[in-house]
Amino acid sequence: MRTVHTTVNGQRVVADVPDNTLLVDFLRSQLELTGTKESCGVGVCGACSVLLDGKPVSSCLTLAVFADGCTIETIEGMADDNKLHPLQEAFIRCGGFQCGICTPGQIMMAKALLEQHPRPTRMQIKQWMMGNLCRCTGYYKIIESIESAAEGTKS
Amino acid sequence: MKPFSYLEPDSLDEALDLLGRHGDDAKVIAGGTALVNFMKNDLVEPRFVIGLRRLKHLQAMTEDNGLRIGALTTLRTLETSPTVAGYAPLLAQACRLVATVRIRMMATLGGAIAYADPALDTPPALMACDASFTVQSRREARTVPAYQFFTGILETVLAPDELVTEIVVPRQPTGCRTAYIKFLPATHDDYATVSVAARVAVADGKVVDARIALGAVGATAVRAAAAEELLAGKEPNAANFRDAAQAATADLEPLKDIRGSPDYKRKMAAVHVVRALQAATTAPHP
Ligand SMILES: Cc1cc2nc3c(=O)[nH]c(=O)nc-3n(C[C@H](O)[C@H](O)[C@H](O)COP(=O)(O)OP(=O)(O)OC[C@H]3O[C@@H](n4cnc5c(N)ncnc54)[C@H](O)[C@@H]3O)c2cc1C
Ligand code: FES
Ligand code: FES
Repeated sequence: MRTVHTTVNGQRVVADVPDNTLLVDFLRSQLELTGTKESCGVGVCGACSVLLDGKPVSSCLTLAVFADGCTIETIEGMADDNKLHPLQEAFIRCGGFQCGICTPGQIMMAKALLEQHPRPTRMQIKQWMMGNLCRCTGYYKIIESIESAAEGTKS
Repeated sequence: MKPFSYLEPDSLDEALDLLGRHGDDAKVIAGGTALVNFMKNDLVEPRFVIGLRRLKHLQAMTEDNGLRIGALTTLRTLETSPTVAGYAPLLAQACRLVATVRIRMMATLGGAIAYADPALDTPPALMACDASFTVQSRREARTVPAYQFFTGILETVLAPDELVTEIVVPRQPTGCRTAYIKFLPATHDDYATVSVAARVAVADGKVVDARIALGAVGATAVRAAAAEELLAGKEPNAANFRDAAQAATADLEPLKDIRGSPDYKRKMAAVHVVRALQAATTAPHP
């Protein structure tokens, strides 16, 4: 058991976690932040993407103890009270999701992209988002959502 | 995942002490992209997992008699670093073709080489750059050339108490040009079906220096020394490249897997040796 000090979506969290806990399980089971999904469990699909100190990681391959001393951002922290984040609004506006399972991961990954490249080219979007699989949308709508959100944010 | 005790040393000395004490019962964890997958499937069941993330100096790169890359440097850092692009564009190019951005942000170069999957992209690139690895334990520090480091599938010369601390890329010969080709017939985020790294220097119309290394063609990445020798002093033309490809691939024993049969991979390896040599010798000079 280790005590993890972390800031999750802006809130300080101190929690005891078994050493062999995965970050995705810590978030979903212990903190009840079930927005983050686990799908492949092997780092391929991106459904479990969260930001650790601003950097996207597969929470299915990350030990919860790695969060000690770090900030974590998940989909639950995107909306500001009742106001959706521009990326969330763009995904709704452009039809960037259907079943929604991949969407929290898509949006967290896209947030990290726009922080690095506020006005990404289509190629940059494709290269960055390649590790976030979607069985429903056929990807074009996801790319359009990110472009639309980027156009809305003044760089 | 089986229970283990997580330990987080603050210094290299402390990490080496822990490894010396727990050796066989311990695994170090860097990015975790390989180890966590293995532990989730109970393929390795360490009693102690030693986290390296506090060893900040192993995340840095320094120029000192070559480029010294701390073992914890991520593949994403290598792919985007102007220093690496200047020293060894071949390594940057190989890193850029690993998996996806998110995995490259987590995965470290030290973790990749210690993992030693035969289909990794970085080992052939490191071999063709004449890289060597600094390996440390409480007992000693030693330097192992990349082409002597890998001993089998997921096996290396590392003893249980040893840590890779840095990857050293020497200054590359003047006038050399490079290419890394990853043959990906299925999806772009796949492991290589075969891969080829080439570094060639040409002067007065003759090859004066060549390095060729292949990935995913057997139990380890391999350097094609016979092909390198064959090219030396020859004109960089298609016929000589085909002879080199023949020499580089004749004795390979690729593994049969979902990406193809040994025979198919051997043929594809030969095709891609020629293409890598062509790409390297026609690339613009840096
Ligand atoms: C979805 C996915 C796709 C991938 N695709 C590719 C690909 O296309 N091409 C490619 O080349 N690779 C690919 N990989 C593999 C990836 O490159 C490796 O998993 C990664 O480089 C390992 O680094 P890590 O820091 O995560 O290592 P860890 O998982 O932390 O460690 C791996 C092993 O090395 C040991 N170790 C770690 N650091 C050290 C050290 N400094 N000294 C001694 N031992 C050490 C650990 O004990 C462990 O046994 C892929 C991985 C995933 C998850
Ligand atoms: S569930 Fe983590 S990457 Fe697929
Ligand atoms: S919306 Fe269903 S998987 Fe992407």
